[in-house]
Amino acid sequence: MIEFALSLLTVSAFLCLFRIGSGPTPADRMVAIDILGILVVGFCALFAVITDRAFYLNIALAWGLLSFIGTTALAKYLEGKKFDE
Amino acid sequence: MLYRKAPNTHNWYSGYNKVINVEEATEKPKISKVVFVFAVTLAVWLLFTWPFAPVDWATIIAGSIISLISGTILAGVATQHPIKALNPVRYFWAACYVFALAWWVMVANLDVAFRVLHPDVPINPGIVKVKTKLKSDSAKTALANSITLTPGTMTVDLSDEGHLYVHWINISSTEVEEATREVVGRFEWLLRRIFE
Amino acid sequence: MSEIAGQAIIIIGALFNLFGCIGLIRLPDVYNRLQGATKCVTLGTCSIMLGVLISAGVSPTGMKALAAIVFIAITAPTAAHALSRGAHKSGIPLWEGSVVDKYEEEK
Repeated sequence: MIEFALSLLTVSAFLCLFRIGSGPTPADRMVAIDILGILVVGFCALFAVITDRAFYLNIALAWGLLSFIGTTALAKYLEGKKFDE
Repeated sequence: MLYRKAPNTHNWYSGYNKVINVEEATEKPKISKVVFVFAVTLAVWLLFTWPFAPVDWATIIAGSIISLISGTILAGVATQHPIKALNPVRYFWAACYVFALAWWVMVANLDVAFRVLHPDVPINPGIVKVKTKLKSDSAKTALANSITLTPGTMTVDLSDEGHLYVHWINISSTEVEEATREVVGRFEWLLRRIFE
Repeated sequence: MSEIAGQAIIIIGALFNLFGCIGLIRLPDVYNRLQGATKCVTLGTCSIMLGVLISAGVSPTGMKALAAIVFIAITAPTAAHALSRGAHKSGIPLWEGSVVDKYEEEK
């Protein structure tokens, strides 16, 4: 059953990759990157269930944090500001 | 002062656009704010190092020291009135808020799934303006995040006068009053009881 | 019992993730895509974490999953807000079928 969930997540990740490749505006690509970051958190949780090890969830938390910071930085860049204002 | 003070930024949640006055934040931190940040960080630390049934004093003491340091540094960006966190009535309303939010998030997801899987993609989008009576920064942040998670709406920006600009996927009214009643009315009364 | 319940919740979460990403493909402009994808992927990933929490119980894995639920539920809408605001400020127009844009009128 977990393998079925993993395959669903893989299809979702490929849809995100399609949007990253084809998005007409930069904002579309950034949205897809943001969504892909959250999907990776889900992947890490499923790996934690399959292998029965807790450290994958540490990776998930750190990945979620870095993905959030990266998205806000990209949003600031999109807004046309420097990073320190 | 490390950062200059910008007058017209939308400073409704710390970190993204708020200009932090470093002198105020580091020189005279109020003790209640330090305690608030210390308690929150220590709780998160204990959650991460969960099995403390055989008490591991080294872990707890290291966590306390790091929480104290971060509490001293970050006291300026904490909530303005940390004393309010001691009121148990607020926790009751917070539990109600969590259940209401879970219900509306489920409705929102079924709504999005319907719109996405429908062959015609029935949407009628636009950005409307709503207004809120909430005053404090944390309440406005919670309101904006709740609006993003509830059916068909997403916060775009928040102005200083208490107006929210909301992207609505299926507009039923462009009037401010109507839109306010439909979009903000779901959560405003709960958040006022929690935060103010 | 809790094993089966956890796996069912994980499957539901993965399905909602898939719906969100289909929305990312099918919806017409960046604001609608952001809206649909953020809602569905937030609930989907939170459900996966909830399934992990239910099947793992009170253990290090379960507690970290609980922390991850709170964390994602706070950060994902904030990131969506920042992205939509940045997209609007950088001048990306709404879909041509849109009804009204009060933010553009009152800027």
